[in-house]
Amino acid sequence: MAFSDSTRSLFADEIVQIKEDGLFKEKRFICSEQDAEIEVEYPEGAPHMKVLNFCANNYLGLSSHPDVIKAAHEGLDTRGYGMSSVRFICGTQDIHRELQDKVSTFLGTEDTLLFPSCMDANSGVFEAILGQEDVIIADRLIHASLVDGIRLCSAEYDTFKHMNMKHLKKKLELHQDKRTRLVVTDGVFSMDGDLAPLDEMVDLCNQYDAMLLVDDSHASGFIGKTGRGTHEHFGVIDGIDIITTTFGKGLGGASGGCVSGRSELIELCRQKARPYLFSNSLAPPIVNGSIKVIDLISSSTERRDKLEWNTKYFREKMEEAGLDMRPGETPIVPVMLYNAKLANDMARDMYAEGIYVIGFCFPVVPAGKARIRVQLSAAHEKEHLDKCVRAFRKIGEKYGILGLGKNEIIDKYGR
Amino acid sequence: MDEMKKTVLEYIADEYLDEDDEDEVSYDSPLISSGIVDSFSMVSLKRFLETKYSIKLSDEEATPEAFDTVNSICTLVNKHLG
Repeated sequence: MAFSDSTRSLFADEIVQIKEDGLFKEKRFICSEQDAEIEVEYPEGAPHMKVLNFCANNYLGLSSHPDVIKAAHEGLDTRGYGMSSVRFICGTQDIHRELQDKVSTFLGTEDTLLFPSCMDANSGVFEAILGQEDVIIADRLIHASLVDGIRLCSAEYDTFKHMNMKHLKKKLELHQDKRTRLVVTDGVFSMDGDLAPLDEMVDLCNQYDAMLLVDDSHASGFIGKTGRGTHEHFGVIDGIDIITTTFGKGLGGASGGCVSGRSELIELCRQKARPYLFSNSLAPPIVNGSIKVIDLISSSTERRDKLEWNTKYFREKMEEAGLDMRPGETPIVPVMLYNAKLANDMARDMYAEGIYVIGFCFPVVPAGKARIRVQLSAAHEKEHLDKCVRAFRKIGEKYGILGLGKNEIIDKYGR
Repeated sequence: MDEMKKTVLEYIADEYLDEDDEDEVSYDSPLISSGIVDSFSMVSLKRFLETKYSIKLSDEEATPEAFDTVNSICTLVNKHLG
């Protein structure tokens, strides 16, 4: 037998180590459609429990929207279940082209290329457009998928302190000898919910002849007055050379991603990006569903407006309750607890109160900055938000952290 | 060696700490295991050492363990300087 006892124990020991390090991810089963209220089996085998979901990326509440489901059905009925091909052989349908065109119009870009996921888009984009004569200069807190893509590319890379424009400027000066420079950032950072200062970044990129890539996965559909994303928020729609984003969060929540931007760069991705060339086309029901999502949010800002209202209301009420939050304006609300055990214990107690949230600690967030990340949705109603705040008030009181700031929480629980 | 430690420490403080950062770094403070420097941003430190001391550090040598403190970094650099 190839999988011998000693081989098995090698892997089993690694799993034990992950558990001992407190990094083991437990199984949780959702036994309903994705929505503000969901039915969860947790722990595995436990009776199902109805809870309010405050940890989904379902920002616009479109994951189970009847029009999107209907459009996905139509995609299934008229274009089939799957393409059994990569895009460039016989996997491109008219609806793939339609979605790409609609995304370009929505984001204000020249062209768009679909990928199976934004993880794939980020894995493929750098290698397709850059070589060893070039340099990538990335914010230190960019998403893991961008880090992986940068590592797969032969270009040199460097990093700058999170959102520190003085440091970015220094790095741009340092790398003036390279053929091209590509600055990389998230639009909205997933753990802190903060917005990259794209207006300043565009200015610096113009000044130092650099291109700018923004992963707007946690922004597309709802950041900016009409939901175009972080570039709309900062008034630099024309200033971004590449946007990568996902259909797996605000834009419907199924799967799929894209690279959108300058037409030459998109063409190079079409010719050279390995995840595009070597994985199957996005399935027709998802393509049709995503087209409907873009149509819905292009014709009305109602859902992103509701999300904005929910975010303001929730932050206000949480502040009144005395929780320590990172300030911000996005629907990612980090409730800061600093201590990993405290974050996990409180998240568990919140679940018992019918609120599904997750504690995050090192290495997902920096050491000593453990938190519960709350994610708001347009699917949440005011009473959902009130129930969540009530639960935070109750559990916060149990642990004696209401009204405490950073240093006081650390004094009480340690980092 | 002391001069090198001082230079490396200054670079790390400037490159990795924010002005309002409460972290203080000494010669034996853990850098990687504490999260001050991560494996992604370690590249700046490697480039600095290679340029400053005119050496070439292989990927096998530039491990998170070897880069975890100013002391261990200077030991590695000194090995190259002979």
